[in-house]
Amino acid sequence: MVRRFFQLFTVIFGVLVLTFLLIHLVPGDPVEVMLGESASLADRAALRAQLGLNQPLLSQFGHYVNQLAHGDLGQSIQTKMPIVDLFKTRYPASIQLALLAMVIGLLIGVPLGIYAALKAGQWQDLVVTLISVRLAAMPVFWLGPILMLVFAVWLGWLPVSGMGEPAAIMLPALTLGLGLSAILTRMTRTSLLEVLNEDFIRTARAKGLSERTVVMRHALRAALLPIVTIVGLQMGSLLAGTVITETIFSWDGVGRLLVDSIEKRDYPVTQACVLAVALSYVLINFATDMVYRFVDPRMRLARD
Amino acid sequence: MKSIALFILLLWLLAVIAGRVLGLHGQAVDLSQVLASPSLVHWFGADDLGRDLLARILRGVEVSFVVSVVVTLVSMSIGVTVGLFAGFYGGKVDQVLMQVTDIFLAFPGILLAIAFAAVLGPGIVNLMFALCLTGWVSYARLTRAQTLSLRHRQHVLASASLGATPLRLMRYHILPLLLSILMVEATYSLASIMIAEASLSFLGLGIQAPNASWGAMLRDAVRYMLVAPHYVLLVGASLMSLILAINLGGDHLRDKLDIVSSVHEK
Repeated sequence: MVRRFFQLFTVIFGVLVLTFLLIHLVPGDPVEVMLGESASLADRAALRAQLGLNQPLLSQFGHYVNQLAHGDLGQSIQTKMPIVDLFKTRYPASIQLALLAMVIGLLIGVPLGIYAALKAGQWQDLVVTLISVRLAAMPVFWLGPILMLVFAVWLGWLPVSGMGEPAAIMLPALTLGLGLSAILTRMTRTSLLEVLNEDFIRTARAKGLSERTVVMRHALRAALLPIVTIVGLQMGSLLAGTVITETIFSWDGVGRLLVDSIEKRDYPVTQACVLAVALSYVLINFATDMVYRFVDPRMRLARD
Repeated sequence: MKSIALFILLLWLLAVIAGRVLGLHGQAVDLSQVLASPSLVHWFGADDLGRDLLARILRGVEVSFVVSVVVTLVSMSIGVTVGLFAGFYGGKVDQVLMQVTDIFLAFPGILLAIAFAAVLGPGIVNLMFALCLTGWVSYARLTRAQTLSLRHRQHVLASASLGATPLRLMRYHILPLLLSILMVEATYSLASIMIAEASLSFLGLGIQAPNASWGAMLRDAVRYMLVAPHYVLLVGASLMSLILAINLGGDHLRDKLDIVSSVHEK
């Protein structure tokens, strides 16, 4: 437990160092890259001072961490807005998208996985496995446009992109959710099959319980544990996976903010986005781990 | 399944060679053919500048393949070296090295590659650099885990007691046993690096115009999706067929070499 916390802190510290160093990786003078060659000397000096680039590296880092600790993510060079204010609308949009994608993934993935496990070895199982393996390998920049073509252009059921209508979230969420459902299908299938071979399932069957009760009440409960972990881990990577999906569907989340900031060479915003996504990922993973330990006592012994 | 994969790969190889022989470069702008649908002249149609799509896709395959092979080789060399040292020496060395991999793993997916590519600026060399910077971690993890158990094998202990140096033990007694699992991992990573390269190019961080790259083509294709759906469908389907074939090849290799501990379970 203590070790896990210590590990969390070192990882967070490492993430801070790495994101801090990002701006120093810019070839040449970052200030010149950001402002362009036509900027006046005074402007350059002002920005350099604002970013603290004229100070020694170590004190820059200290300043960076100190700023973050006070909830200050710096300022956008383009819009002059505090980055925290940008995040106030962007971050919830990304979370919303990720959550809906997760719901879609669960709604499709878990039932399909159960079905495949019950039909293990038969043709239904093969079809489900085949589809899910292929679906999991589909990059979002391929799945997204296909969904857009089918549902928005040809069928006209859903808006193409943007955030104007509430239904606009459906396509990006489906894009992320379908890939996720494939992973969940495979996990559910494997996990349920494993549990169905356990002794207590034989006992339940021997007691004369109906197959339905055996699967739903006895097997599924035990099988869901690994799925909880996957949900947690995937939730974190969903936040990163949204970068391209948000760009395709013009969804104004953190991912699109990141891409926009890269195009405009607004490095402080880039830095803040990377940090925000990475920290969310680390914290969600940590929380998943903790929940898992709490739910399954075996884990506590196994890993420490 | 194996024959399908082989067939697709061969088809691509032949197409690329044919394209080279015929001198197709996909750079000829023909404004009368802007976004033309597939026809006898342009089998796959034309893009937004009237350039032949098939020729551009073939060039895209080449670039994509070269990038993924180079990145896989470089990141594998780094990752395996780190993993061997961490697994072999254990203790402090292991702790420090694994702490570093933990930090890299804290950035989900290709986020870190995006960040590196963003600050380094666009271009193929920077793109490969960014992918290598993030790609070595999984090899390091895999190699370390394997080395941890392998270093206690009898034959390793035997040569150690005969006075073999640690470097020799790693090079001649542990590394050869890792080769099959690394080969499978490398096959899958070819496919995932192709996707990563396309993702970065899609975001405008990779290969720059007028050179063909799948990611950049897909980005343009999405923009013209309403008027020319064949553009996005053909480019996407081409990319998917190649990735599918490589993954199938990986599955086959894994089954053949009988690797159970691979991260890519079915």
